[in-house]
Amino acid sequence: MILGKRKIKDLLAQILIYLCAAFSVAVLLLILCFVVKRGVKSVNWSFLTTVTSVRKQTVGIAGNILNTVLIILVSMLIATPIGVGAAIFLNEYAGKGKTVRIIEFTTEVLAGIPSIIFGLFGMLFFGETLGMGYTILTGSLTLSMMVLPLITRNTQEALKTVPDGYRSASIGLGAGKWYMIRTILIPSAMPGILTGVILSIGRIIGESAALLLTAGSAKHLPKTFLGIFDKIFQSGGTLTIQLYLSATSEGDFDTAFGIAVVLLIIVFLMNVLAKTLARKMSPTGKGR
Amino acid sequence: MNKLSEKLAHLLVGFFGCMAVISVAAITIYMLLKGVPALTKVGILDLLFSAEWKPTANPASFGILYMILSSVVGTAGAILLGVPVGLLTAVFLTDITNTGRVNRKLAKGLSAAVELLAAIPSVIYGLIGMMVLNPRMYALEKKIFTGSTTHQFTGGSNMLSAIIVLAIMILPTVINISVSSIKAVPDSMRNASLALGATKIQTIFKVVLPTASSGIMTGIVLGIGRALGEAMAINMVAGGAVNLPLPFCSVKFLTTLLVSEMAYSSGLHRQALFTVGLVLYLFIVAINLILTKMKKGGKQE
Repeated sequence: MILGKRKIKDLLAQILIYLCAAFSVAVLLLILCFVVKRGVKSVNWSFLTTVTSVRKQTVGIAGNILNTVLIILVSMLIATPIGVGAAIFLNEYAGKGKTVRIIEFTTEVLAGIPSIIFGLFGMLFFGETLGMGYTILTGSLTLSMMVLPLITRNTQEALKTVPDGYRSASIGLGAGKWYMIRTILIPSAMPGILTGVILSIGRIIGESAALLLTAGSAKHLPKTFLGIFDKIFQSGGTLTIQLYLSATSEGDFDTAFGIAVVLLIIVFLMNVLAKTLARKMSPTGKGR
Repeated sequence: MNKLSEKLAHLLVGFFGCMAVISVAAITIYMLLKGVPALTKVGILDLLFSAEWKPTANPASFGILYMILSSVVGTAGAILLGVPVGLLTAVFLTDITNTGRVNRKLAKGLSAAVELLAAIPSVIYGLIGMMVLNPRMYALEKKIFTGSTTHQFTGGSNMLSAIIVLAIMILPTVINISVSSIKAVPDSMRNASLALGATKIQTIFKVVLPTASSGIMTGIVLGIGRALGEAMAINMVAGGAVNLPLPFCSVKFLTTLLVSEMAYSSGLHRQALFTVGLVLYLFIVAINLILTKMKKGGKQE
């Protein structure tokens, strides 16, 4: 009798576990299918290469794509050296004292701060106190703070896997510490650094709340090629911002779903790329 | 020459290392600096514990009680819904699929799906919520409240939709942290339990999960942080009226208040929004402190 009860309980638990596991996959499939079904007809060549204009009767997201690329470039140009440098400091220079603990703690805190708070801070500090206003630069500075922990952590992990023998061999040959870091450690840690960079890019592509408060929502393209550089000091909405506006205030769901398709494709590619790199980094992989 | 570059490099990476500290310090100082003025002007009690939010009325009132309650209830709901599902999914990944080739393939596919879920931008969750969840909620709402004269119909943008979207969004966090802590439970414990005659399921629920509980708690706290800070997705599905956090009411969270009103606010209204930011920030800092405490406790064991 007791055994029977136990069997039923076990069976129920097992069914529940399978259901829960299926749920995540089901949600993912639902999102993918729904987005592709609704959005794929919006995506064509002119959607990707023109700007939405009533006069020319075009619907397009080229301006938003350019803004997204610019924000990624500027953010990563700021965050990568700082993040990698911080990891080098933590791993190679700082030893094991209180400094390391404080820096690692604040890095963790930084990773836990929600993007809306970053947006608020960016708007107030970069936008108002420093007078940059709603520009791509303001957004990029804000996002570079946000992705800093990702780069620092991944670089640190990679540096930890570089064997100490490399360090002592190089120092023993008379190389200075910085020379050793530059020529031995950074190249060896490259896959880890790149993983951090790609994860950061993914985070920036998906970001919206922080950018809404810092980078504005302009969607036009610059008129000349050099105008691209001026664009950094102007307002610019990314793909996610345009998706949000299309779905809410503009009520243009075809565009919203079109952008969603584009975003999902990018996110998927990023994911594959990060995975390939991670495999390269692991000791069982073939390595460099 | 060589010495100089060595020294410069040391200084530079040292400065970069301090960037995280500087960032956190700057954010904290700015949040306090900008958030406190409205607190003193409106009065702490009036701001935190008054339910009246009429920032543009005359005289204006700035009570954010309902927003705080909505954030707390929404987060709690997401945890109640998301954590059991996430935990059982983690069990599936670690203890159910640990033998056999087909099982391993299943686990691999599921892990990939979870990874992708984590990478999907929050506006897409919001969009799907708007188009898939809200219409169904509206149908449900119409069924439940037919003939009700007091209920304000929301078109499906309500607390329940927000909770479901949040629960899905925290799933990857809960699953990943739980998986790594369940994997850390030594196999000898599982074997000992099995040898004593317990079934696999009993072993999981009575031995493995309790042993992994501190790691699982970390995952839950991280999930709380994620849910509390989410803004865009729930702004799209939760309606946006200031209400008590009831399941079928249109609600405003602390985060969605910032997203929806920052653009057109000015004067005291704007300052009150900064205070909302400060309140949210304090919540997050508290969660971080709990996390550090838990990690320290975990290390001592």
